[in-house]
Amino acid sequence: MSWFKMLARNKLALIGLIIVILLVLSAIFAPLLAPHSPSEQRLEQALLLPSMEFPFGTDDLGRCIFSRIIFGARLSLLIGITVTAICAVTGVFIGMLAGFYGGIVDEVIMRLVDIFLAFPGLILALIIAGLMGPGMFNVMFALALVGWMGYARVVRGTVLAEKQKEFVETARALGATDLYLMYRHLLPNVMAPIIVMASVGIGHTILAAAGLSFLGVGVQPPTPVWGLMLKDGKGFLQTAPHLTIFPGLAIMVTVLAFNFLGDGLRDLLDPRLKEKRIE
Amino acid sequence: MFKYLARRLALLIVVVLGVTLMTFSLMHLAPGDPAEMIAMARYGLDNLTVEDIEQIRVEESLDSPVSVQYLCWLRHTLHGDFGCSLITGDPVMEEILTRAPATFKLALAALLISMLIGIPAGIIAAARQSSIFDYLAMTGALLAASVPNFWLGLLLILLFSLTLGWLPVFGYGGLRCIILPALTLGAGLAAITTRLTRSSMLEVLQQDYITTARSKGLPEARVMYNHALKNAFIPLITVIGLQLGHLLEGTVIVESIFAWPGLGKLLVDSIFARDFSMIQGCVLFFGVVFVLVNLLVDIIYMYLDPRIRFEREF
Repeated sequence: MSWFKMLARNKLALIGLIIVILLVLSAIFAPLLAPHSPSEQRLEQALLLPSMEFPFGTDDLGRCIFSRIIFGARLSLLIGITVTAICAVTGVFIGMLAGFYGGIVDEVIMRLVDIFLAFPGLILALIIAGLMGPGMFNVMFALALVGWMGYARVVRGTVLAEKQKEFVETARALGATDLYLMYRHLLPNVMAPIIVMASVGIGHTILAAAGLSFLGVGVQPPTPVWGLMLKDGKGFLQTAPHLTIFPGLAIMVTVLAFNFLGDGLRDLLDPRLKEKRIE
Repeated sequence: MFKYLARRLALLIVVVLGVTLMTFSLMHLAPGDPAEMIAMARYGLDNLTVEDIEQIRVEESLDSPVSVQYLCWLRHTLHGDFGCSLITGDPVMEEILTRAPATFKLALAALLISMLIGIPAGIIAAARQSSIFDYLAMTGALLAASVPNFWLGLLLILLFSLTLGWLPVFGYGGLRCIILPALTLGAGLAAITTRLTRSSMLEVLQQDYITTARSKGLPEARVMYNHALKNAFIPLITVIGLQLGHLLEGTVIVESIFAWPGLGKLLVDSIFARDFSMIQGCVLFFGVVFVLVNLLVDIIYMYLDPRIRFEREF
């Protein structure tokens, strides 16, 4: 596996990859890894400091914070990966249409992108998710709605450049249909930047979702979610700071890992992009 | 130039129309009866009567179709009437204008803090490339860029307010109160500024005119400040400008942590209270400010670097 070796040469990317794998594993095997149930309340053991039995301590309801963080990885990854996948697919599709057909199609699509970019995304997501009411689906819908524009822009740019090239002309002369051209010839060329963007995007989405949970929008208690745990811990900052410290650390490590992985993939897949940071 | 400005202003109108229309539809598609919720907020759950709910429905014209309501809202807005809060009954625009200075103060303080940290750190990192300073600055920037701001805010409170007792946990007014919120809001931008100042300086330092300046025997400090820094500033200003909008975005979370009486907190509170007219007002205000700030940044950029002309692109 040569790509793995190349990725491994970049130390930060390797760390990122390892953390992401660990996160995915702990999300999958959460019931096996967690020492306690994430929802079982032991009021007589509330607000305990970290100990052997409760590695990260317990919260105000006596729930094991370590177990809740492990289970919280499930929802964070689920939201991060699903929303990013939806954004990437939507963005690729829309950007491909704009770049390939040009003209009025391009004009309409790019103006739509401008409109979406002209309003702060997190605020829009907050309003949408807040008004639609509590629930994981609403958060995912809101985040997906504000997250696809970057992908569309990059894909459009790449397609605009690629479709001028001779291989596209040749394929067309051989009778390739538009759909075939887009799927077989143009799509592979946009995959590299999209994979990089998506890796960083998962981290951003997890961060945004946690921010919304922190504000109280979206997934509701008692579901173990990192953002909500922070929100709940806020009230016990003075007496039990571990309620705040550990969930926040989980979010930060996750975001960092996806960023490292994205940077590593960028160097790996397209060395020309190395200097350019994709938002 | 004129055409460009006209296009941008057209975008502004479309954005504001689009976002308010969307908010409006969402408010009316959302589960729950708006009239009932307003009544609940006004009179409390115990004193709720069917008559009150029906009266509110008629008063706020919640019984007409959504499209009619939107056009009605739009007509009033265009006449400068932004309506009254459904909960408190205060005029929306008055409330927003009372709150706006707090948000702008916070955003400016965050911008200032991020410059004060980021620019010197970036210059030192570039001037002493690969030294311990460079390493520290870059690690710091990496951490500051990925720390969730809501967590950073809580950690800062924990350290500076609860443990050391230097700064207040929350409050408004006075320099001491703004330090922690501004630091929380500005941390991400400080990281970006540090990285960008460094890379921009490194790039400039490779230019021929720097070699010339050095070979003339100019002292290194003069080369750095007179020749390198000025040229390194142009990309910096653009990126900082682009980030200003995101600074506004961050106020929503930071204001909620520190109970800062600004627009972000107003918006969050209004969403939870389902205060529709207040939400609409905030959305309108945020949209206009966001677009105008970005436009202003573009114009400044154009003056700074005359090579840039906006013909086709937005």
